[in-house]
Amino acid sequence: MDFSAHSGFRQPPKMRMRTTSTDSTEPSPLFEDTSAGPGAAGYGRGQDKGPAGYPAQTLLSDPMSNLAMAYGSSLASQGKEMVDKNLDRFIPISKLKYYFAVDTIYVGKKLGLLVFPYMHENWEVSYQQDTPVAPRFDINAPDLYIPVMGFITYVLVAGLALGTQNRFTPESLGMQASSALVWLIIEVLATLLSLYLITVNTDLTTIDLVAFSGYKYVGMIVGVVAGLLFGRTGYYLSLLWCCVSIFVFMIRTLRLKILSEAAAEGVLVRGAKNQLRMYLTMSIAAAQPIFMYWLTFHLVR
Amino acid sequence: MAFTLYSLIQTAILCTNAIAVLHEERFLSKIGWAADQGIGGFGDEPGVKAQLLNLIRSVRTVMRVPLIIVNSVCIVLLLLFG
Repeated sequence: MDFSAHSGFRQPPKMRMRTTSTDSTEPSPLFEDTSAGPGAAGYGRGQDKGPAGYPAQTLLSDPMSNLAMAYGSSLASQGKEMVDKNLDRFIPISKLKYYFAVDTIYVGKKLGLLVFPYMHENWEVSYQQDTPVAPRFDINAPDLYIPVMGFITYVLVAGLALGTQNRFTPESLGMQASSALVWLIIEVLATLLSLYLITVNTDLTTIDLVAFSGYKYVGMIVGVVAGLLFGRTGYYLSLLWCCVSIFVFMIRTLRLKILSEAAAEGVLVRGAKNQLRMYLTMSIAAAQPIFMYWLTFHLVR
Repeated sequence: MAFTLYSLIQTAILCTNAIAVLHEERFLSKIGWAADQGIGGFGDEPGVKAQLLNLIRSVRTVMRVPLIIVNSVCIVLLLLFG
């Protein structure tokens, strides 16, 4: 939710700035004088017939207010530039845009892959001159669209499930959202810590880890919806299926990123280092079904 | 389990405090976890224990002053608002 809010709220300030800057440079279209016909536009002329024009005309024909408006708008645009520059230092907005470059076909294929990863053959992320290709062109690339949408849908479905059991209050919706968010943060921090301790040379960024941890929301939603429609047996069956699929998906995806090249191709490489890495991959993948069960079992009674 | 973001912040502060109070001479050397005992060979990658010791030492160095500030703020807030 945090990422969508940040990438979404850039739009309104831009639009506001554009309208006010056009206001200050070209005031005449907006405040044209409709009282008299000839010589109606412009500031300087408005000064001459100040009392004769509209009250708005007199307010804006005053050179002081004109100055004030120009100064205010330049100050606002300077402030916006500073905020953008500082925000870009903390949250890499340009990098985030890569993760949201998706289209419908990619989302459809990825959702299918998340619940049925058994037929997919090639799990490697394709590169284009050292930079990873956008998710639109490569189904194996991680994205943030599905995790963000999955999180929001999970909160809504949790509210729905609580409502059908007459346990719903608006505060519980917020509690569900913050609980799931806190567990996500804990999981990402634990994964980062273990990646640091085992000194893995990988190109997995923090945002990649957030994306991979967010893919389990899809399975959780499927499980809860099945539980709402078909009762507890439906919930357990679909959750079991989704848990196994997410486990296989995570292992196949992380194997290529964490393990060394030889081990990733299936050759048995001995050594303590590779063993540790294999254990790490297994534990990350095994944590997903645990979280999926933990975050949904109280919703289906 | 009802977790809020506030409880996450509390957990983080408590854990960082716990790491920061581990004294180098009095405690870590006694159990063989001093910072200079974990370095193995140079060409080889450091093992898990060396990385952990490095992490403890760097947390202590970096977070000492910010923790003073954060703990003071916490104490004042808890005194005022309970």
